[in-house]
Amino acid sequence: MAKGARRAEGALIDALRARAAGGVEVAAGPRAADLTVRLARVDDLPAVAAELTGPRAMALATLVATDETATPDGAFAVRYLFEPTAAGVDRFVTLLVAVDPAHPEVPSITRTIPAANWHEREMRDLFGIVPLGHPDPRPLVVHDGWPADCFPLRKSFDPAQRLAHLEAPEFPHVVAEGEGLFEIPVGPIHAGIIEPGHFRFTSAGERVLHLDARLFFTHRGMEKRMEGLTAAEGLVVAERICGICSVAHGLGYAEAVEQIGGVEVGERARLIRTIALELERLYNHIGDIGNVCAGAAFHYGTATGARLKESLQQLNERLTGHRFLRNLVVLGGVAFDLPMALQDDLAATLGETLAGFDSLVARMEANPSLVDRLDTTGLLSHRAALDLAVAGVAARASGVDRDARRDHPHAAFALPEPLALNVITRTEGDTMARVMVRVGEVRESIRLIGECVRRLAPGPLRVDLPEVLPGGRIGLAAIESPRGAAVHWLRTDSGGRIERYHLRSPSYANWPAVALAAESAIVPDFPLVNKSFELCYSCTDR
Amino acid sequence: MLQIVLNALRAGVVTTRYPEAARPLPERFRGLPLLTPGGDLPPPEVCPSGALTERQVDGRRHVALDAGRCVGCGRCAEGEWAGAVTFGREFECAVRGRADLVVEVVADGARAGLPRQGLTPVAADRDGVVVAGAAGVPLSPRGAADRDAAAAAVAAQIHRLLGRSLHLRHLDAGSCNACDWELTHLLNPVYDVRRLGIDFVASPRHADGVVVTGSVTRNLETAVRRTVEAIPEPRLVVAVGACAVSGGIAGEGYASAGGVDRLLPVDVYIPGCPPRPEAIIFGLLVAVGRRAARPLAAAPAKA
Repeated sequence: MAKGARRAEGALIDALRARAAGGVEVAAGPRAADLTVRLARVDDLPAVAAELTGPRAMALATLVATDETATPDGAFAVRYLFEPTAAGVDRFVTLLVAVDPAHPEVPSITRTIPAANWHEREMRDLFGIVPLGHPDPRPLVVHDGWPADCFPLRKSFDPAQRLAHLEAPEFPHVVAEGEGLFEIPVGPIHAGIIEPGHFRFTSAGERVLHLDARLFFTHRGMEKRMEGLTAAEGLVVAERICGICSVAHGLGYAEAVEQIGGVEVGERARLIRTIALELERLYNHIGDIGNVCAGAAFHYGTATGARLKESLQQLNERLTGHRFLRNLVVLGGVAFDLPMALQDDLAATLGETLAGFDSLVARMEANPSLVDRLDTTGLLSHRAALDLAVAGVAARASGVDRDARRDHPHAAFALPEPLALNVITRTEGDTMARVMVRVGEVRESIRLIGECVRRLAPGPLRVDLPEVLPGGRIGLAAIESPRGAAVHWLRTDSGGRIERYHLRSPSYANWPAVALAAESAIVPDFPLVNKSFELCYSCTDR
Repeated sequence: MLQIVLNALRAGVVTTRYPEAARPLPERFRGLPLLTPGGDLPPPEVCPSGALTERQVDGRRHVALDAGRCVGCGRCAEGEWAGAVTFGREFECAVRGRADLVVEVVADGARAGLPRQGLTPVAADRDGVVVAGAAGVPLSPRGAADRDAAAAAVAAQIHRLLGRSLHLRHLDAGSCNACDWELTHLLNPVYDVRRLGIDFVASPRHADGVVVTGSVTRNLETAVRRTVEAIPEPRLVVAVGACAVSGGIAGEGYASAGGVDRLLPVDVYIPGCPPRPEAIIFGLLVAVGRRAARPLAAAPAKA
């Protein structure tokens, strides 16, 4: 570590010590550049966390609770992971507190760090660890009729059991009341082919006053499902948490495992992984831009976006046998090579895609009735994007210069001679800005794929991992999926199997921002606003 | 405007001719795994979604593949199992009965001293080869014969009443969204299922049936029941994808019911993770009796 960096680290540790009256223990990890700060007293948490998000300008990346009651520690542990909001610093700072199982309580940090809101409610639902002073007492992940004192992510919980649905009062939605105000309930089953969620709008005329979004209808228990699996089995699950983030989630999980196993994936495999990652971004972004047109009844745009997306998914199937690129990423590398014939196919298809895409964008920009619907619609301020730790396209459209490909390098972005990335940002924070960030990223992804193909040199597709992974190790990876950084946290048990896996998808971080952005819109514009964020329910709900 | 018309003309007709003609399958396309009778077949724990089972029958090891549980990860065909399990090229795999997705073969034929025979069709239950409907695979709640008769009656009724036009509601019962997106793609200019008289409608009250994706999460059970009840009878229920068919990779647990037929009778099952758009179209055509389901196969017996 350079002298300057060491001094900065010393200053950071001193500042955290000064905030923790009960004292802290500081160690490196989980990765070499990261810090883990164990607080002796759980009550010091809000002050230390505020030091990180305030003067240190960091954001809450994720929160991971674990049940360690069976270990000599005999406690629950909660880890709050923070990352810099400044560009290009690949470091996570973990605040770690032990929680007494007899009194499972921690002070809530949501009032000072709004991004902690859902994380803390999820911890309360799934672990029974209560965030004291949390402003929202409503359950999040478990819905009506869930029995009290049943916490699925505690190790004592039998994952196979099916619990009874109890009689339950109606869920207390947050709505505004008053003369002339209307409540509009939508979902969970929507009118189109969309994932399920419930939206409760309060409106005054056309204006949305408030939106209360209730999600987690598709909670399948995927993190519990992971526990006890071997690393290779876990990959099959990770890839299937979300359809349209299959590559990103498979890759994030694989990189976490590879860290634990201490293996370096070869250059050719990293380049092929990156091509897949960018192909995933491409078919998502182009389809999403087309779907925004649907929200404004510009059907030519919708049909063109759908046609271009279909041609990319057919390309996916030619490259990997799978339209969503599943089964390509394997532990230690990739399952398929990219021979010359497929490189030619790739280049030709992307050439046609770019031409079709440029023409689509030109037609969109030349259409005043579309532009008018997008401009200034669904505003997300820079401040709100930072406070909510918003990720990906939505953050970059609000002027947050963050991209995990540069800030937490992975795949070919982490090569000794890394793939250089142009991060696209805008400052307007409206629907148009989110569309235009995607437009820029489509062109950038096509450029990156070309660069990857040019750099392909002979080399191994796959390196072997140890037969049994080292026990008790943590792997941590953040992958820039089409929606933003997905943070994967993984720990092995003493036998090298999965003890705990947690995914913070970018959609998880961004959903509260959709509700906020909707409040500057009129009801008929909500589909546009929603589609400009284009979030997944499945990787939020897991 | 003129530019849009010119662009549209330039793009031309991109719509597939499927089901009359299918586009060529990509070389790397993988269909369902095929078990080789007499092969050295993998043990059940190789499959992360529980699609493989084994049992002893008269001292011989039988291995069954439940294609309804298969998520296509390929682990059963890797390494030492590579020869014994291969991948088919078939994607038209929709069936009317849950048990029709199960193929069982006699493994380790040589060791057991079995005569090696050629493959006979599924459900033949002939010595040494293949049977369908292995033990331990749940049938849909109303039972096989009953179910077939009911499905045929519904198909005939819908066929008669609606003149080959099928209006469906989509119901996401907790999917990973891959199946949902493939359903969306049925409406894109390439698949354009409206040309086949199939469309998706906004309300269950306007629907002839429902296509369900996802394993039915606990948090959606009520919504699933209410949506299906809101569809006028006769109604079709089509399970799309491994999760809806069997629970898939989500399986059965505190938050996941393990498939649609745990709650409701299902008329047609479309396996796959996810099934490609043509596979879904085929399943929908099976649902209205315009195509016949075909029995699943095993690999040719080991020479």
